[in-house]
Amino acid sequence: MTDLEPDLVEPDLVVDCIGRPCPVPVIELARALPTVEVGQVVAVLSDDPAARLDLPAWCRMRAQDYLGEQPPGTYRVRRAG
Amino acid sequence: MSGSGYLDAAAALPLSPAAREALLVAVDDGWADPSRLYGAARRASLLLEGAREAVADALGARPDEVSFAPSGTVAAHLAVLGVLAARPGHVLHSAVEHSCVLAAVRHAGVDATSVPVDRLGRVDPPSYAPRPDTSLACLISASHEVGTVQPVEAVAERCAGTPLLVDAAQTAGRAPVPAGWSLLTASAHKWGGPPGVGVLAVRTGTRWRSPLPADEREGGRVPGAPGLPQVLSAAVGLQAACAEAADEDARLRPLVDRIRVRVAATVPDVEVVGDPVDRLPHLVTFSCLYVDGESLLRALDREGFAVSSGSSCTASTLEPSHVLAAMGVLTHGNVRVSLHRGTTGADVDRFLDVLPRVVADLRREAGAQGL
Repeated sequence: MTDLEPDLVEPDLVVDCIGRPCPVPVIELARALPTVEVGQVVAVLSDDPAARLDLPAWCRMRAQDYLGEQPPGTYRVRRAG
Repeated sequence: MSGSGYLDAAAALPLSPAAREALLVAVDDGWADPSRLYGAARRASLLLEGAREAVADALGARPDEVSFAPSGTVAAHLAVLGVLAARPGHVLHSAVEHSCVLAAVRHAGVDATSVPVDRLGRVDPPSYAPRPDTSLACLISASHEVGTVQPVEAVAERCAGTPLLVDAAQTAGRAPVPAGWSLLTASAHKWGGPPGVGVLAVRTGTRWRSPLPADEREGGRVPGAPGLPQVLSAAVGLQAACAEAADEDARLRPLVDRIRVRVAATVPDVEVVGDPVDRLPHLVTFSCLYVDGESLLRALDREGFAVSSGSSCTASTLEPSHVLAAMGVLTHGNVRVSLHRGTTGADVDRFLDVLPRVVADLRREAGAQGL
């Protein structure tokens, strides 16, 4: 979390999936998001190239807010509902 | 595996009966080197030129525009590299080209622009805007991964004056080849011909120079003697495929519709991708949330089904499919099903009966049920 830039949304929960291939980061996001309040943010850490595609695709399918990837390998999602 | 569970026609087809019969005859009849000056060679040369005329006719080309190559991949490499050898410059290609086209562009080391696609996997023709230094534009006729048909003729109009390479591997033998190409490539084992035969057609007037040391074979475009028996079989196979294309289209299209509808209805959390209407007749792709593609292929194989996947875990590079990535759709849990003349409605129903259970089992093993 210390490597997050100050102007970025501070996550309420960080899920570390480093070294774990897709679909694990997507599964972990799907598990983690319901544990935070609506409006709160989960950050998923992943070094799997498919996460860059599949985390936003999951957010689209589940109507959750994908906030983007920054810095590389850190993906933020806001619980929309 | 050529049985009823073989659902990977977009990779390779079993030989069609006509192509098989032609191959057996040609092994006995077409073994001589067609470039020599004796009777057996003249016979081989006649057979080769007959095959060329048949393939040219099926693809809307002139016979002297058609060359046979050792594979569709080599044909595509020669198409790209030959245009760039004649005039080095910028390349404009869709984001969903076959990897062999992208590999040739990278190999050439030229400046290239990737034209994006929409969620269905289709380019927008105005996005094809050649620059003054653009030497080549490339557009696949229809996606080999998701089936979406590309607006080739509209893109050809935008690219007037710039050579356009159309990779027609999935279209040749299934539908009329779109007009407007300057270079066309195809692959015989995708239409029911044998492996080891690719087609490279170069429209008369297109600037192209052999990137390899050229000889007198194949119009100076593909060096070395072609595999004549396979070429003859490929030509007969293409004629047979074209003759039954309309009937097969009418038979397979509703089977793909059935898969699209039933997968979406019976497998929870699935994304069926590609254009549902303006698509190849025989191919459908979907992605299952929370399932890894390799496990899914293995599980389906155990049930007797051969399918393919664009998921990263099934690729040697461990990168997800660039086609799915360009479309912005889910890449894991991906399955491509492609049907052929041997696929029946009963085969499709058996696959559809098995799939929901296979996916549910894998999700349970991953602890991902109910997410």
